[in-house]
Amino acid sequence: MTQLTGYPRSDGRKGIRNHVAVAYLVECAHHVAREIAWPQRHQAHLIGFPGCFPNPYAQTMMERLCSHPNVGAVLLVSLGCESFNRYQLEQVIRATGRPVATLVIQNDGGTAATIAKGQAWVAEQVEALAGAERVPMQVSDLVIGTVCGGSDGTSGITGNPAVGRAFDRLVDEGAACIFEETGELIGCEEIMAARAATPALADEIRAAVAKAARYYDTLGFGSFAAGNAEGGLTTIEEKSMGAYAKSGASTISGLIKPGDIPPRGGLYLMDVVPDGEVRFGFPNISDNAEIVEMMASGAHMTLFVTGRGSVVGSALAPVIKVAANPHMYERLAGDMDVNAGRIITGTATLDAVGAEIFDMVLDVASGAQTKSEALGHAEFILTYKSFEPIGPACLPA
Amino acid sequence: MQDTDPRLLLLSPRDNVFVLRAAIEAGETLTVSGQEVTVQSRIGMGHKLARQPIRVGDKVLKYGAPIGTATRDIAPGDHVHLDNLKSDYTATHSLEAEKARFGGTA
Repeated sequence: MTQLTGYPRSDGRKGIRNHVAVAYLVECAHHVAREIAWPQRHQAHLIGFPGCFPNPYAQTMMERLCSHPNVGAVLLVSLGCESFNRYQLEQVIRATGRPVATLVIQNDGGTAATIAKGQAWVAEQVEALAGAERVPMQVSDLVIGTVCGGSDGTSGITGNPAVGRAFDRLVDEGAACIFEETGELIGCEEIMAARAATPALADEIRAAVAKAARYYDTLGFGSFAAGNAEGGLTTIEEKSMGAYAKSGASTISGLIKPGDIPPRGGLYLMDVVPDGEVRFGFPNISDNAEIVEMMASGAHMTLFVTGRGSVVGSALAPVIKVAANPHMYERLAGDMDVNAGRIITGTATLDAVGAEIFDMVLDVASGAQTKSEALGHAEFILTYKSFEPIGPACLPA
Repeated sequence: MQDTDPRLLLLSPRDNVFVLRAAIEAGETLTVSGQEVTVQSRIGMGHKLARQPIRVGDKVLKYGAPIGTATRDIAPGDHVHLDNLKSDYTATHSLEAEKARFGGTA
């Protein structure tokens, strides 16, 4: 069996990558931050929040992401007049022991001078991180997320249940596994509630899905894209049943919200739908928003099942791309890590593909690059949201 | 002789639809629940085909779970999709009408 190793962090977690995060704190600093990261783009990843006005969710998300176990150093890039609390963010990062610096474009001489200072700082950090020691790591140290995107009629019978098999094995070995999103689990509430560790958690799960149904009802539009219908899916509840298969068969240990870090191994459902009135539009405007939220909850990597063929990766945490549709796999093999379409053509079993995904998780944790990493994909998106804290019944006792 | 074409996958014994393991071309005749049916238009991999008569107002079952309500009577072998099935939660959005209207080329 593979001996995993990871980068030790002061909070006891271990990273499977050692990236420099370059974070813009408002859209106005995005270009400068991008130019800073670009020369080192495989080691230095760009993240950020575009809004000028304060949002506690965005603050928490940026704090969690900048202290993510896959991050070894952080450069904050501020324009200077935005509302983002850069002082608090810098202090949170410094308290973890990570190297951190803040550049303020309005104080540091404008675009060209800030880019030059930033590139020099990032180059130093990349060099310093290259020699970082790795320590032994267990499967139980891992947090693994899963999403599906660009789903079609094959997703729910090939890729999603295959990821479910891999999740069952990861949970058995003590990893924390996170599935979502409640808006794409509408119709599955009773089936999920029956798998909850406690009756109180079952009630929380029902309430979270009811909230999602209300939220999307107000928007007048489900979490369902035109391509889903072209691929043979007709209704949100049909898409939900297929998405649900990613969760496998383990007991559901907890219900978390973005940024809540699972306290121990087990299977967790992430509630991604904002609390309260509909304020900022769609809960997650595209797949990467979901990946970012799972990273904020500590996910070291994400298993991404796609039928239509999504090509995205992610900043900071690798994405393993599982192709659900065999025809799509033929067209996009250069982007896909696993061909689960073999299940529908009858050339591989669900168990065999599940085992292949599990083995790949360990390989990627040990440093093997995913297709999207090698291609330089490092997408990132963070938008406005608002959440109430989770209730006491949501986490395992 | 087989009761049902092997390209049709039954996910749960409760289901009233099959899922296609491979595309079926327009004009093909296939056996569905012991009955010969001719498919009217191409149905793609992963799409659904009726296993038995489904009445307007009936629940459509896939994975053994309801995935919506039939909006018209559906005959065995019919493509079950946006024209005859609707969500019990929120409406479905597709680009089919726009593609026809604007004459999409890709």
